[in-house]
Amino acid sequence: MAEAPVRPTTFRPRLRYEGWVSIAGLAIAWQVASLFFPHFLFPSLVEIARHFVAIFGAWDSVADVVETSARILAGLVGAFVFGSVLAFLMGRSESFARYVYPLLNFNQGIPALSWVVISIIWFKGIEFRIFFIMVMTMLPAFSFQILDAYRSMSKDLLEMTLSFRPSRYDLIRMLIVPTVLPGILTAWKVNLGNAARVVVVAELVGATGGIGYALLQQQQIFDMAGAIAWTLILVVFVLAVQRTITVIENWTLRYRPAAERTV
Amino acid sequence: MSATDLEIVFDRVNKSFERPGGSAFEAVRDLSFTVARGDLVAVLGKTGCGKSTMFNLLAGLIQPSAGTVRVQGRNPYRDFDWFRSKVGIVFQNDRLMPWRSALENIALGLEINKMPRAEREAIAARWLDRLGLSGHAQDYPHALSGGMRQRVSIARAFAVKPDILLADEPFSALDEVTGNALRAEFLDLVRDTGATSIFITHSIDEALQLGRRILVFRRPARLVYTAAGGNDVASAARAKIRAEILRALADEALEERETIP
Repeated sequence: MAEAPVRPTTFRPRLRYEGWVSIAGLAIAWQVASLFFPHFLFPSLVEIARHFVAIFGAWDSVADVVETSARILAGLVGAFVFGSVLAFLMGRSESFARYVYPLLNFNQGIPALSWVVISIIWFKGIEFRIFFIMVMTMLPAFSFQILDAYRSMSKDLLEMTLSFRPSRYDLIRMLIVPTVLPGILTAWKVNLGNAARVVVVAELVGATGGIGYALLQQQQIFDMAGAIAWTLILVVFVLAVQRTITVIENWTLRYRPAAERTV
Repeated sequence: MSATDLEIVFDRVNKSFERPGGSAFEAVRDLSFTVARGDLVAVLGKTGCGKSTMFNLLAGLIQPSAGTVRVQGRNPYRDFDWFRSKVGIVFQNDRLMPWRSALENIALGLEINKMPRAEREAIAARWLDRLGLSGHAQDYPHALSGGMRQRVSIARAFAVKPDILLADEPFSALDEVTGNALRAEFLDLVRDTGATSIFITHSIDEALQLGRRILVFRRPARLVYTAAGGNDVASAARAKIRAEILRALADEALEERETIP
C-alpha cells in the first residue's frame, strides 16, 4: 500500500504591498491636483488629515461614527437573520419558494432611495426607519446567496450523512451549516459595501446624526476636506469589518486547499 | 433457515422514478431475495441495472413503489431512526466531508450516536492506525490520496460497529493495486466484525472473491442468477459459475438488442 499522499497545501495570508502602492499613487495624484485646482475642489492631504484627526477629537463626531457603525452592523445582522430564515424556508419548501422568490426579485428593483422615502412616511422613529431601509435593501442578496448555497448542497454528502440517521439538529450542525457557510461569508462581504452606501443615503435624508448627516453638513458649508475625511472614516470602518470577515473566513474555511482561494 | 435468521428480506419489490417529462422509469421490478445473518453477499450486474437503487432501498434512503423491504424485521424507511448505528455504508466515492479532518470523518457516526468526544476520537484513532493512516489524523480530505480517502470512508462505516454493512462498488474508482490491497483489508474487516454484508460490484472476479453468495441482477433490477462464491468454492466450480454469470449477463445484452425496434 505504498501510496503517496497528496501534499497538504496551507493558506498563508500575506500583506500585499501592491494595494498600498495603489493607494499611495491615488494620494499623490490628489495632492498634485490640490496644487492646480481651487481649494474647495481638491483640498490638500494635510487639510483632510487635520479634519480626520479633528473628528476623533470631539465627542459629538465620535458619536456620529459609532452611530453609523452600529446602524450598518444592525442592518446587516437584521438582513442576515431574515434572509437566512427565508432562504431555509425556500430551500425546504419549493411551493413557498415559488411565492417568495418573485417578491424578492421585485424588491431587487426598488431603489434604496425609494425605501428611504417610504420609511420616512411609514415610521416615526429614526432608528427603526434606518433599520427597515437596511433590511429591505439587503434582504434579497442574503436570501439568494444562502438559498443558492443550500441548494448546491451535495446529494452524495446528504445521503451519506442520512445513512447514519442523524437528528435534525445534527444534520443542520454537521452538514447544512458547513455547506452554506461559504455562501454566508460571501453574502456578508458583498452586502457590507452596500450597507455602507445605503446607510449614508438613509442618514442623509432621514436622520439627525451619523456619518451621512455629517456629510450633509459638509455639503451645506461646501467643505470638501471635511466630506473626504468623513468618507474616509466610513471606508476605514468597511475595510476593518471586511478584514474581520476575511479572518473568520480563513479560519472557518481552512480545510480548503489554497489553490481554491487563489482562483 | 428460520425467519429469525434472516437479516434482510426483499419481497416482490418494485421501484419507479418519475422522469422530468412525467413518464415513469422502472428501476426495480419484482425483486425478491433474502440474506441470512452474518452472510456476505455480492450483487453483480451491469451498469444501470438498479443495483444502487436496491442499495438505497435497503439503506432506507428511498421507499419502494410496491412490495416490502425488511431489515432485521423492520422497515428501513419508516423505522429510519431505529437503524441508527446498525447500518454502515461504504459508497462508490468516498463522500468525506471536506471540512472535517480524517479523524473527524471517521468519528461522524459515533458523534451522531452521542458518544463523548474523547471516546469517539480514541476509536477513530484506532481505526486510522488499523488502516495505516495514523499519521494523517488531522489531514483534511483534499490532502489525502484517493486510496487513503476510501480507507477513511471504510473506517467511518466500520467505526459504528454496524450489524449490517453495505458497500456500493467501493473500489471501482481506484487503481488495480490499491483496489486489490483495500479489497483484502475489507474482507478481513468483514470477517472480523461478522457483520451481514452486501457488496455491490460489476466485476465478476471481485464478486467471486468476496461473496459467499452471488446474486446477479438484470435491468430493471431483478434476480436472474444465484451462486455460491468465496474461497471455499473449488476452482473448477468457480470457472463454471463464472461462465454462467457471463451467460446471464450476455442474455441481458441479447434481450436488450431484441427489444430495440
